[in-house]
Amino acid sequence: MTLLQGQGIGVVRNGTTILQDVGLRIAAGEIVTIVGPNGSGKSTLLRVLIGALQPDRGTVTRQPGLRLGYVPQKLSIDATLPLTARRFLDLPDRVPEAAARAALDAAGVADVARRQMADLSGGQFQRVLLARAILRRPDLLILDEATQGLDQPGAARFYRQIEAVRRDLNCAVLMVSHELHVVMAASDRVICLNGHICCEGTPEVVSAAPAYRELFGTGTGGALALYRHDHGQGHSHDHGHDHGHHHQHHHAHHAKTQDHA
Amino acid sequence: MLDDFLIRAALAAVGTALAASVLGCFVVWRRMAYFGDATAHAAILGVAVALALNISVFAGVALVALVVALLIHRLSDRAQGTDTILGVLAHGSLALGLVAVTLIPAARIDLEAYLFGDVLTVSRLDLAIIWGGAGVVLAVLWVHWSALLTATLSPDLATASGIDPRRENLILILLLAGVVAVAIKVVGALLITALLVIPAAGARRIVASPEGMALLAGTLGVTAALGGVALSLQLDTPTGPSIVVAALVLFALSAVGGKLWAIGGSAP
Repeated sequence: MTLLQGQGIGVVRNGTTILQDVGLRIAAGEIVTIVGPNGSGKSTLLRVLIGALQPDRGTVTRQPGLRLGYVPQKLSIDATLPLTARRFLDLPDRVPEAAARAALDAAGVADVARRQMADLSGGQFQRVLLARAILRRPDLLILDEATQGLDQPGAARFYRQIEAVRRDLNCAVLMVSHELHVVMAASDRVICLNGHICCEGTPEVVSAAPAYRELFGTGTGGALALYRHDHGQGHSHDHGHDHGHHHQHHHAHHAKTQDHA
Repeated sequence: MLDDFLIRAALAAVGTALAASVLGCFVVWRRMAYFGDATAHAAILGVAVALALNISVFAGVALVALVVALLIHRLSDRAQGTDTILGVLAHGSLALGLVAVTLIPAARIDLEAYLFGDVLTVSRLDLAIIWGGAGVVLAVLWVHWSALLTATLSPDLATASGIDPRRENLILILLLAGVVAVAIKVVGALLITALLVIPAAGARRIVASPEGMALLAGTLGVTAALGGVALSLQLDTPTGPSIVVAALVLFALSAVGGKLWAIGGSAP
């Protein structure tokens, strides 16, 4: 079942083509990650998909009645605006106390309800955004560079939280990142974007694709393996020995471990 | 009771201050103080238009304030130098208004009354218009509170929640024009922004929620209005500036009070 579909999306700003002929569809329950370098049009694409930006070409079709949860890249709350985390969850509509507590709990920030948003740490802030996004039980959760400003372990924890949320709500997840380290392994499908779609497929397929390697080089595979290992999904290492590049990741992983030791 | 010009003045000041200080919270949160200034300055041009067309001053001011506000809104959407555009339009429309007013042959008007307000000459009809306008502003704020707040936090977040942030922007601009029209006779074109910003700024240090800030700002605004009218009676000073001075005193008290509270709270 298709929740959201974009066809032939093109965006031109001030004579510069930002997106060209981008098509994608998100099916119920899948995790799709869009990766791409800075300026590749990732955030623009998300803004088109949530309806904040009218594309110059192409169409976006949503399943009727689709509930959207959106975690923006960055939310700067003016220092003059007093807002507790609990009150933030009530935007735009008030939610029952129990639901709010459950959402904060599910996002891993059960104890910040009464704190001011401005006083939260970067990680807590993103989790409150996540809590708000999942409150209305979305069919599709969209996250735009949600781990910006988090360190790598923090980002990895955040993505694990998202996997947990996905399991609970059984929603689809569409996320955008330029951090390949931790994101890709958690995805069912990866779309590599650089103004247009360079390649797409499972994380394994994309990380081996020439177009992807041209954009990102090969140096990030080790962290990908590290993340998999973190999850006890050792089978990726088994695969790794069959393929040259994964083998290389395996070594990178060990090197990294020794660095930390 | 409304026969007494003092009662009318106090009521007009209270109605204006209430609407301005609650709307002022959004002006502060969205950093629209300069935007408010530009809109308010256009009010003088509105007075000239009203005199030329022989229509109500309230209508003329509301109309011109709205047109200028929409113009700024459109221009600042496109170009980079919003600050510069605001500067051009704020003072441009003020100067244009001042020139235009003196060119109207029919009326030798008291310009000072429109620059600094003249609340002691408010008529019963004026009072009805002021409270009607203030009532509409407060009612719209009440109904749109959550949507406005969401759009203020993040336009994209609002869109994803099914709120059109451009519509909410437009509503705020309409309300701003309305408050400018309501306030022109009370504090005058030059001091309207003060009534928008100072009570909200004074409330900020003390409250923990947006609603709390709106309530306290409204309270501070009303207190300043009554205090200002009393002050101007006592000292025989112009009422509009006296109201702003009263608001300023309350702001200073809340700033000092907030500091003392913080020190007291952290002391053993």
